[in-house]
Parts: sequence; structure tokens; C-alpha cells
Amino acid sequence: MAGKITRPRPNKDRLRRTMMFMNAQRPGLIKDAYIYGCDSIMLDLEDAVAVNQKDAARFSLYHALTTVDYGDTEVIVRINGTDTEYWREDVRVCVAGGADGIRIPKCESAAQVKEVEAAVEEAEREFGVEVGWTLLMAALESPLGIMNAYEICTASDRMLGCAISGGDFRTSMRVQIEPDGIEINTARSMMLLAARAAGVQCLDTMYPNLDDEEGFRREVDLIVRMGFDGKSLINPKQIAYVHERLAPTQKQIAHSEKIVRSCREQADAGVGVYVVDGKMVDPPFFREAERIIELAKKCGVYHGDL
Amino acid sequence: MVIEKMAMAGTLESSDAQVTVEPADSLTLHIESSVLNQYGRQIKATVEEVLARLDVTSGRVTVVDKGALDCTLRARVECAVFRSCDASMVNVPWGGVIQ
Repeated sequence: MAGKITRPRPNKDRLRRTMMFMNAQRPGLIKDAYIYGCDSIMLDLEDAVAVNQKDAARFSLYHALTTVDYGDTEVIVRINGTDTEYWREDVRVCVAGGADGIRIPKCESAAQVKEVEAAVEEAEREFGVEVGWTLLMAALESPLGIMNAYEICTASDRMLGCAISGGDFRTSMRVQIEPDGIEINTARSMMLLAARAAGVQCLDTMYPNLDDEEGFRREVDLIVRMGFDGKSLINPKQIAYVHERLAPTQKQIAHSEKIVRSCREQADAGVGVYVVDGKMVDPPFFREAERIIELAKKCGVYHGDL
Repeated sequence: MVIEKMAMAGTLESSDAQVTVEPADSLTLHIESSVLNQYGRQIKATVEEVLARLDVTSGRVTVVDKGALDCTLRARVECAVFRSCDASMVNVPWGGVIQ
């Protein structure tokens, strides 16, 4: 069985600017998923699949995972909630098929993560997959999930990050989607703090109004400024703008290059704080400049020689 | 596996296939497809291969193909057979007879 996984080893820290939802039960969608160029696809066994088709979706998923070539696109599967009768079989098929990661919906506690982790490990042993191969991520969909974000993000070494799920969260807060995001602002901020404290990635919810391009762009601008790593999407037409906004600009890259180069020189000369382009530079700026160059490389927009 | 009762899997949407299995004394296969002339033999070969792997030796199998990929067709045949034995929901032998 182990020989069946031909995908590259899952990487916790890979680029995840865009994670696009696809219904695992719809064959027409699954086979084309990778051509759109999103960083990750999210094959859904949960809400997109009717209760009487949960079994059929797993058969489709298994064959999609083992036969479709997804290239560099990460393949994550959203399983059914741990309060359902479906999730354990979902875990088995994900692991047997060699999914890169599993998204735990409605996650509210570290105990829930550990329960899924135990089932994943059991499945890895059953199917001869290296223990630790399969990554996990948590969808935070309730106030309790947000309150427990840090313990959730640190519950397992497999955790790649967390994502807020706006629909359920807004329902539990008794609010509607607002143009400026005020209704979800605190939750986004708290989740970001928890994710950064835990050293994992932080992903934003999907934007549901497909025809409201302006509203979508406003939301992307907001979450990029807040410091999110990426966003869930429901349509391929949303990919390009997120990638554009999350890539460092040429101006940022040029400035970062200057900082990295000058810092190396100054360090050799024994100087800690100095000025570049009229701005004070000290170690935090240097680390940020290095991060930007690294991100620019991953986004394919760096053409320098650092 | 023995087809114990009628079961169905799949839809009539584009790129899908709807597979129905029913108990019968011998094994018969009926295929309807919009691409029967080009792919009929390939569809038949895939379905027969899956049925053989599942050790299904009798039953009436009907496939209404809407241009399904090979992997979709396999998934639908397997799901229909497992449903007919009430074995589709838990402990499916992924990577065993399902491959």
C-alpha cells in the first residue's frame, strides 16, 4: 500500500495563499482541480456532500487521490465533524489515498485534534503509510474554537495551521457579513495571534458573494494587511487577485534586498542599528527583509541573486 | 462479493456514470453511453475488471455513462456493489480490493 503514494512529502510550511474548496462527490470538479493554479485544493467530504452520498464520495475521493496527478498542488481533505458517524472512515480513506492533510471542521479543543490524530496514526499503521506523513489543520467555526485557538494549534506536531470559517462563526455570533469585516474582526485577530504564537499558518474564510468582485477584493486587502498567510476560495476566478496581493511588490523586494545586503556589511563591521533610505534598521527589520525575499522566491517574483 | 439487493451509485450529470446492480443467477452487463462507439469496449473492460477484482460472479449490472473518467467509473461500480452488500459505510478495504 505504501508504494501507492506518489505525491511529494507534505510540507507544513509550504506556501498556502489560496485553498480552493471542491466537492469530492463531483467527478467533473475533482479531475480539473489542479489546473487552476491554487496552492492547495480542499476536497470536501463534509457540507458539500449529502448525507446519503458520504460513502460514494469516499470511493470517488480514493480514486481521485490515487489516479489524478495534482502536481505541486497540495491536496487537503475536509472530513466530517468528530460528532458524526462518518469521520473515522473519512480518515481511513484520506490516509489510504495519500492525502497531504486533513481539515478538522468545527474544531473547538485540543482534545478533538488529539482524537483525530490518534485515528490518523492508526490508519497510517493500517495502510503502511509512514507515521507522521499526514498533516492536520483546524477549522475554527465557533466562539469557543476561537477562544481555544492556541491550544488547538499546539495540540499536534502535524498541525499546519488554522482557518476561520465565517459562515458558521457569523451564525453563532448572530451577525451578518459586513463590508468592513467589523463583525469578525476580533475573531480574525485572536486567531492570528494564536497561530503566530503557535508558529503555524493562519488562513481566512471564503468570501461567499461570488458576483461581488469589489467586496471580495476589499476583504482580500484587509486580510493581507492583517497578516494572514492565505484564504479559502470557492471559485478559480478568485485565485489571481489573492496571489497578486500576497506577493511582495518590486519596491518591497528592492528595499528588502538593500537591507539584507547592508546588514551583512554592517554586521561584519560590528554595527547593530543604522539607517537605510532614511529609515532606521535593526535586527527585526533584517528578519522581515529576509522573510520578504524568501516569500518573493516562493511566489516566483524574485529575480535577484540573494 | 454477492450482490444481495438492488443498489445504485452515481448520477446522470456530465462526467459521471450511474451504475445499478441487481441480484441475478448469472453475470450480465448492460452499458449505455453517449460515447459508446468510441469508448464502449474500454468501459466494458473497466467494469469487468472491477467486478472480477470484487469477485462478483453473478448479478445484473447496468451502466449509464455520461462521459466518466476511468477512475470515476471504477468508484461508481465499487460503491454500487458495496452498497448492495451494506458494506459501503465502514471498514472499506481501501488499497485492498479497492484500487
